Amino acid sequence: MAVDAEAEFHVLAVDDSLIDRKLIERLLKTSCFQVTTVDSGSKALEVLGLREDRTTPSAVSPEHNEIEVNLVITDYCMPGMTGYDLLKKIKGSSSLKDIPVVVMSSENVPSRINRCLEGGAEEFFLKPVQLSDLKRLRPHILKGRSKDQQLQREENSNTIIISSSGSKRKAMDEEPSSERTRLRFSTGSLTML
Amino acid sequence: MFIYTRPAYQFCQVVLQGYLDEQFYQLEELQDESSPNFVEEVVTLFFRDSSRLVANIDQALQKYPQDFRRLDNFMHQLKGSASSIGAAKMKNECTSFREFCNKENREGCLRSFQKVKKEHAVLKQKLENYFQ
Repeated sequence: MAVDAEAEFHVLAVDDSLIDRKLIERLLKTSCFQVTTVDSGSKALEVLGLREDRTTPSAVSPEHNEIEVNLVITDYCMPGMTGYDLLKKIKGSSSLKDIPVVVMSSENVPSRINRCLEGGAEEFFLKPVQLSDLKRLRPHILKGRSKDQQLQREENSNTIIISSSGSKRKAMDEEPSSERTRLRFSTGSLTML
Repeated sequence: MFIYTRPAYQFCQVVLQGYLDEQFYQLEELQDESSPNFVEEVVTLFFRDSSRLVANIDQALQKYPQDFRRLDNFMHQLKGSASSIGAAKMKNECTSFREFCNKENREGCLRSFQKVKKEHAVLKQKLENYFQ
């Protein structure tokens, strides 16, 4: 039975526009992600457990104050902290820098796009974001999860084994589980649904 | 299973007349059993949001007529919302307005804003029919 790994993948969406938040939430849920939406960069940092004036998360247990976020997707143009500012804060934080960040914008400005990519953004989406755009998130999903989940890539094939437990245990702690499922992928694409 | 009750031709009319573009189809694609009123919810949000922005721009044109940055900022938001629901004609008028802002052409802004408001009102009427 195929495991829907994206169902456990948690995306934090940041946008000051109510309509765009609703849209991105629906797009992400339709693509089987868990979603949290916030309307500002500073709220995003709160969710991530990082206050604006710090570069390390506050010293409280993660279960109480933070939810695990596997990817951040943020609008570029926001009042106060822009999406670029948020990107830099995340990438500048030792604990958060490995979280993939995607930037969205309604404006197709090459210098803006380059700036974001150079600033560490994994992808840049033009608005309005389409369902097909979200497929570009998939390479970043496995990349992000390989630190938490046990991910074994067989040498000479495209078979990937993914644990369905979804817990935050480190890979070395994980016992081989009967729930682990072997998934086969065609070359170059990951179709996990 | 089809959950739409409105006749299909009604929507096509609105698209064919250029008021809405493909993005509106995307909204319909996102509606399903788990989110059966998605399109209506988005459209409702849009009109609530856009009415507020239109009022803000109206006021700004009266009170701060030379503050083109403020005007452009509001219009950027309005254009973004229009684009998200596929309101093609309205989006185009928003673009014109921003071009006048850029050139600091107040007369142009005023004329263009009338067109934005008109497209907004027409769209509202058309979509009200859609949801009946």
